[in-house]
This record gives sequence, structure tokens and C-alpha cells, in this order.
Amino acid sequence: MTSDLAIAHLLLGLTVFAYVGGALAALSVRGAAGRALTAIGAVAGSLATLALGLWSLGAGVTPTLALPVLPFSGLALRVDGLSAFFLVVVGVAGVAVGAYGFGYSAHYEGRYSLRLLGVTLNLLLLSLAIQVTADNALTFLMTWEMMSVAAYVLVLTEHDQGGTVRAANWYLGVTHAGFAALVAAFLLLSAGDPTTSFEAMRAASLSPGARDAVFALALLGFSAKAGIVPLHVWLPMAHPVAPSHVSALMSGVVIKMGVYGLLRVTLDLLGGGPAWWGGVVLGAGAISALLGVLYALMEHDLKRLLAYHSVENVGIIFIGIGAGLMSQSYGLPGLALLGFVAALYHTLNHACFKGLLFLGAGSVLQATHTRNMEELGGLIKRMPRTALFFLVGSAAISALPPLNGFASEWLVFQALLGGAAIPRPEVALVMPIAVAMLALTSGLAVACFVKAFGITFLALPRSTAAENAREAPPSMQVGMLMLAILCIALGLGASLVVPALGGALAGLGGLPAVPIGFSLEMPLRVSGTVGEMSPVLVAAGLLLLGGITWIALRLLADRRLRVGETWGCGRFGQTPRMEYTATAFAEPLRRVFAEVYRPTQDLSIDFHPASRYFVESIEYRSAIHPWFEQALYTPVLRLLRGAAHRVRRLQAGSLHLYLTYMTIVLVVLLIVARWPR
Amino acid sequence: MTGFLLEAAQVLLALALAPGLVGLIRWMKARLQNRRGAPVRQPYLELRKLFRKEVVLSTNASWIFRAAPFVVFASTVAVGFLVPLLAVPLPFDEVGDLLVVVYLLLLGTFFLALAGLDPGSAFGGMGSSREMTVAALAEPTLAVAIFALALGAGSTNLGQIVGRTMADPLAAVSPGHLLAFAALFIVMLAETGRLPVDNPATHLELTMIHEAMVLEYSGRYLALIEWAAALKLLIFFALLGNLFVPWGVAATLTPTALSLAVGALLVKLVVLAAAVAIFETRVAKLRLFRVPELLSASFVLALLAVTSSFLLR
Repeated sequence: MTSDLAIAHLLLGLTVFAYVGGALAALSVRGAAGRALTAIGAVAGSLATLALGLWSLGAGVTPTLALPVLPFSGLALRVDGLSAFFLVVVGVAGVAVGAYGFGYSAHYEGRYSLRLLGVTLNLLLLSLAIQVTADNALTFLMTWEMMSVAAYVLVLTEHDQGGTVRAANWYLGVTHAGFAALVAAFLLLSAGDPTTSFEAMRAASLSPGARDAVFALALLGFSAKAGIVPLHVWLPMAHPVAPSHVSALMSGVVIKMGVYGLLRVTLDLLGGGPAWWGGVVLGAGAISALLGVLYALMEHDLKRLLAYHSVENVGIIFIGIGAGLMSQSYGLPGLALLGFVAALYHTLNHACFKGLLFLGAGSVLQATHTRNMEELGGLIKRMPRTALFFLVGSAAISALPPLNGFASEWLVFQALLGGAAIPRPEVALVMPIAVAMLALTSGLAVACFVKAFGITFLALPRSTAAENAREAPPSMQVGMLMLAILCIALGLGASLVVPALGGALAGLGGLPAVPIGFSLEMPLRVSGTVGEMSPVLVAAGLLLLGGITWIALRLLADRRLRVGETWGCGRFGQTPRMEYTATAFAEPLRRVFAEVYRPTQDLSIDFHPASRYFVESIEYRSAIHPWFEQALYTPVLRLLRGAAHRVRRLQAGSLHLYLTYMTIVLVVLLIVARWPR
Repeated sequence: MTGFLLEAAQVLLALALAPGLVGLIRWMKARLQNRRGAPVRQPYLELRKLFRKEVVLSTNASWIFRAAPFVVFASTVAVGFLVPLLAVPLPFDEVGDLLVVVYLLLLGTFFLALAGLDPGSAFGGMGSSREMTVAALAEPTLAVAIFALALGAGSTNLGQIVGRTMADPLAAVSPGHLLAFAALFIVMLAETGRLPVDNPATHLELTMIHEAMVLEYSGRYLALIEWAAALKLLIFFALLGNLFVPWGVAATLTPTALSLAVGALLVKLVVLAAAVAIFETRVAKLRLFRVPELLSASFVLALLAVTSSFLLR
């Protein structure tokens, strides 16, 4: 036991040491060496994080650590299964992002502050690693705030670009509103216990009303971080303007802290709750998934498109959690475990493929200086490796077998199908509707990534920038390669990953202490699933069949091949203007879902002065503004602005007035402190 | 071992029958429309011709365009291994369930749609866009119909669904089953590019969906794609036939049972082919923007199927 503790302390020490070292190196060393040292710090720290997580998962131990540096119960850390899993997520994404950042930040040299970027990136990673191991509310909230502020500074890196400051402010606003909800939730949970330790919270017996309030506040606060509709507004603004490796980290890991927090509070600290908790989480997840992918389809800014897909995927994760909570409340622990395992699996998978896609989009952005897909095209010939990595990510996020996205979506489907076992039909009927929404979401996601990959990488380049694009430098390729390999490995290794996740969750909040029915056989067979599948065998079958077909064709069919121009109805000289655009690609779905989008259209035609039969120019504009965002946020913003106006009267600019305020506050505090209890 | 041999035999049988099935539908349609029609073996002749022709490749095309036919063909054949055509349970039953079948077919569609965009032709892009629209909108119906089937059988594994209906014949006429059949029939029309969603015999690019997407393909690549499309049609027919009317599927691997199974499969394919031929003669192609209405109708049918299964259990 002591040696276990020593290993944990060593790895934790290494993590902190490497991240802080990276941050200090960023401050003190300039140029390429500084970037390299920053990257080494980030990668080393993430490796230590990853090692700590994997070791803790593998050894099945829960090391604890308490440092008396904070008031009350101090800085308390504890690595249980759930923490260990999220340490793995942080580590995996951190290694890839750190390596990629070395090459990517090169073009910031002399334009933006590399010091600030390096320091905050390492601090963000550090706060994430500590965040998921926090064992009391104080540590949790402190690191939560550190994470939010670090991410805010990172979003502001390209501060002179249009929209950056606005995006960062929105992020800060939403995340702090969520923070307020979290503080309230933890105050209720601690029930006056000044140590705010999670241990005491687990033991505390709250009234049902208080538990509901804690759940509602926690859901609000964690949804704001996770980007659940309608609290997702900051996501499509902040992710595109942040540096691409920061976007990858934010989308892959930072928003997952909402998932971590929700699981920690509802499952661990509260130990599950009534069925409507699960229903609310499930509903919020399903709506987020569908709206996320619908808006992603209409988006032609590559990084904004990916940001909307983060909303979608967090929605899918919430569907898993919701199904788990519902099953748990009806006394189906095996099925509940399946839902939570599916959610965790998708969390890890999303960190891999979305990280990969953001890094790929970053390479495209760096090579072409545009995020607008309508100006891209033909990059598969100019950036073949980036294209291949992006294709792997696209196939994975589209849940195509045998990649990782499919494995976790299959589990979510199974959790929902198993939900039919809920004894009350009117409740169980939620499940097929959720299945339908999830299926529509995944179908639309496939369409969206055909668009994203096809328009960006295939056919002819639509601008000179795309025509002159060059392949990304090696360090960036390494970052993408790692995640691409993980996307494949996590898909093929489903039979190994799932039992590990089951072990991570076992015993948490009334879940079975031993994950029953998880077999290590080839077909993935989990207690609660109603089907079987084996990604390894599917992959092997596909490779074998493709290979046989290829050989058969070489032996038996005609092998002549002629290269000619694309057929243009007899017309020669194809130009990029003849290609299908991203807008055109998404047009059928825009019409189908016109009720949701409510697009604005503006057509102006200039006629020839002599006759209206001759048209000189046509200008067509169409835009989609999410109407529900305006409907929801306009009143809130108006209220805030009104309140700010009124509060402004307090700040009159007179020093005497401020001194008076201070005196009044001091007197009030003294009276309160001396008040007889 | 016999199980694996039977798997291989069933896939080879499916590959051999698939072009004939397309030819049969075309011939029946022609007869229904008072035309003489091409012989049933015509698709085989076309495939042979295509395999012997040279490939013309667009200058713009990348490796995606050349890889896509193999992905499409391999994934469709892989599905052929998972679907019970002749006997249950087969050794590959636990390799993939119905969800795997759906997503493997989607894998083929994904690559074919990318290949449609690859040469940079406006037709290809148009076809890809429409194909993906239809595929995405068909997804919910497929998933909910799977839900309805899984609810009855307690499993999404194809072998178990078939086995369960064979054990309990009354389940085949339960409202849930019938509604799910109707829903899947409509989805089958959409997924395999039949009327009223797509016209497989069209000659006008602007009305094409599938044909526009593969417009740039020629020679052996086109042959693979056409063959895979025919196989997909056969697989959907076999799913409709064997999941909902499982009689004839061999439960033991005896020669009598297997020959009976082959006969039953042929009968089911011919009946479904006749149904599609009659249906295609009776309806006109829908405008693209009316297709969602058809698919939402099928979705409602699937949802009703699940609801009735819930209420009747």
C-alpha cells in the first residue's frame, strides 16, 4: 500500500513538475527553443498524467493526497476509477496537442505572445489534471476557475482578429454563470460542513427537495461547460477563434469536464436519483445532439462546423448518462452501468477524433489561411497526410465501423434498446424516440462529414491559397498521427476498453461493485446489451474482402486505365466554379429542415436599363441565425444591461463615496462577526 | 466447419443471384408496361462487358476515387456474411448485429459519396448531396424498426430475431411486426435507389441520385459498384423476407433443409421482386423535396410498431 502511494505521489509530482517547468520555460526562453521546451513540458506532463491514470485503472487502487495549503481541509486529491479515466483523457489529448503545438505556434512567432500561450497552455493542462482528482469542493472549484480563466486567455491569443474578444467574453460570461450555479450546488451539498470534503457529502443525507435542487444547479453549471443546448452559444464562437491546438484541447477535454462533474455529483456524491433526472439529462442530450449536427451541416467555416459537432457529441454522451440514470432509478444496475460505460467510452473517443479533426483543421488553416470551406478544395493532393488523418477522424466521428466512434455509439444504442426493460411502458417509450433522434443525428453527421472532407480536400482547389497549400510540418503530423492511431485502436480494442471502463465505474453510487457479465471474448458482449458485435472481426473481414477483390480484379479484369478530363456534357476546360459547393451540398437538408433553420434570404437582381429580359447581375444572400438563441438570450441580455445601468450609479467616480462604502461594509462586517449566536 | 462453408456458399450464392434479381425486376417491369424487355440475364452481360473495358479516370480524382469501389464492394459483401440467407444460427452471427449491418452499408455510402465529389463534376456533387440526404433521413426509420424487431426477439442479432419468429409463428402477424415490415419496405426503396425515391433507369442527370453520384465511374470500377448495388438490393430483400417471414430458413444443416432453404429464398426474392416491379409501375418518381414526407411516413409506421409492441407485451 505504501509503495502504491509512493508511485502515485511520484507520478503526480512529475505531472506538476513537468507542466510548471513547461510554463516557466515558455516565460524564460524565446524562439524555437522556447516553443520546444514548452511542448516538452506539456508532453511530459501529459505522459505522467496518462501514466497515473492508466496505472490507477490497472492496479485498481485509489491513492489519496492531502496538502494543507488551502484553508479548511486543504488541497485534497484522490484518484478513484472515474478520476483515473479522466486523467487518461487529459493525458491522451495533452500529448498530441503538446506535440502539435510546437509546429503550430511557429507562425505566431513575432505576432502574438508565445509566452502567454505557453504558460497558459501548460497551466490549463495542470488544472485539468488536478481538477479530475479533486476530493473536496474547495479544490474542485479552485481548479475549475483556474481552468476557465486559462482557457479564456488561450481563446484570446489572436486578440486582434475580429470576433475574438467577443467570443472570449461570451465564453467567460456563460462559464461564470455556470460557476455560480456550481458554487450554490456545492454549498447545498456540503450542508454547512466547512471541510467541503467529498467524503462527507457522500455520507450526508439531504432532503429530496435539496437533492433535486443540487441536481438542477449541477446540471445547469456542468451543461454550461459541456455546451449543452441552449448553453452552447459560446462554443461555436470560441472554438474557431482559438489557436487550433487549443480548440482541440478545449473541445476534446475542457468541455468534458462538464461530463466529469455531472457524473461526479449525480452518480458519486448524490448516488443517483429519481427517474426524471435521467429523463432530463437524456432529453437535453438528445436535443443537443440533433440541433448540434443540424447547425453543423449549415456551417461552412471548418472550425465552427467542428465546434457544432462538439455540441452534438456531448449530446450523445449525455444520452448515455441519461439512459444510465433512468435505468438506475428503476433498479436495473447492469443496464445503468452499460449507459455510463457508453458515455465514458464516447467521451474518450470524442477526445481522440475531435482532437484529431481540430488539429487537421489547424493544419489546413495554417497552410491556406482560411477556414472557409468554399475557398478550399483539392488539398488531398497537396497535403496527403493531413488529408488521410482528417479522413480517419471523419469516418470515426461519423460512427463508421470499425472505428472507435462506431463502438461507442453502438453501446449507446444498446443502452437505449435495453431501456425497453423499464417496467413502465409510458417511460420506456422515451427510448425508441431517443433511438430515432440518435439515429437521425448519426445519419446527418455522416452527411456533414462527407461535406467537410469532400469539399475541403477533394476535387479542384477553389482559391489560390488552397492551390499553393503545403503539407504541415512533422511535429504537427506526429500529433495527428497519434490520435488517428488511437481512433483505430480504440475501435478495434472495444472488448478490452469496455471492461476497463466498467471497472472504473464499479461501486460508484450504487452501481454493482464487480462489473458482472463483461467478457474479454472477441464479440463484445456486455450484460444488458441485447446484441453482439466484434469490431476486430469486422475490420479483418473488410480488409480480407477488399484484398481479395483487388487481387481478383488484377487477375481477371481488364487492367487498362486512361486519364481524361471530368465529363462536362461535352464541354472542355473544367474550372473550380463548376464544382459543387458546400452550400449546394447542404441545400437539400436546409430545405427539409427549413422550419428549424428559418433562413433569411435576400435576392437582388440588376436588370439591363433597356429591357427587363436582360439580367446584368444577380446577388443572392442567405443566412441562418439560430432563432432560439436570440429568443432566449435577448431578454437575458436586456435584463443584464438594465441592471448594469442601475448599478453604475454606485460607481460615481468619487473617492469619498468609495471610502464611505468601505466604512459601511466594515462596520456591517464587524457587527455580523460580533453578533451573539 | 460446415457453418463456415455454408457462410461462404451463401455469400457466393448471393453474389451470383444479385444481378439476376435486378434483371428480373427490369424484365417484369417491362412486361407490365407492355414492352418486351431485355432478358433476365442482361445485367450479367453488362457486368462482363464492364469488367472487360478500360477505366477512364478523371485528372482531378484522388486515391479516394479508386479506393471507393473496393470499400463499397467489400462492405456489402461483408454484410452478406452477417445476414441469414439460408440457415440460422451461422457462426458469423455474433460478429455483427443489425446495427452493424446498417452502419456497414453506411460505410459504403460514405465512400461512394466522397467519390462522387472527387472528380469535381457538378453532377457527382449533386448525386452525393442527394444520396446523403436520403440516407440520413432513412436512418431513424431503420433504427426504430430495429428497435421493434429487437423488442420481440430480445436481441438485435439477426440469427436470434429469425429464430424467435420461427419458434413463435404468431409473432409474425402481430401488429408490431407488420408495421415494422411496412416501414422497412419503404426504407428499402429509398436505400436501394428504387422508385419513387430514385429512378434506376433514368437518363436525365438532373433527376438522378445514385446514377449521378457514380457518373464518372467506368470499366471495372463501375462493374464493382453496380454489382455491389445489386447485392445490396438482394440483401434488403433477404432481410425483409427472412426477418419477417422466416419459414424455409434451415434450422439444421441437413441437405434437405438446405435445399428447401434455397427454394424458399428464391420464392421470397421473386415475390418481393414482383412487388417492387408492380409498385414501380404504379407510382411516379417523387420530387426530391417530397421524399422526406415519404420517409417520415415510414418513420411513423416504425414508431407505431414499437408502441404496439410495448402495449402488447
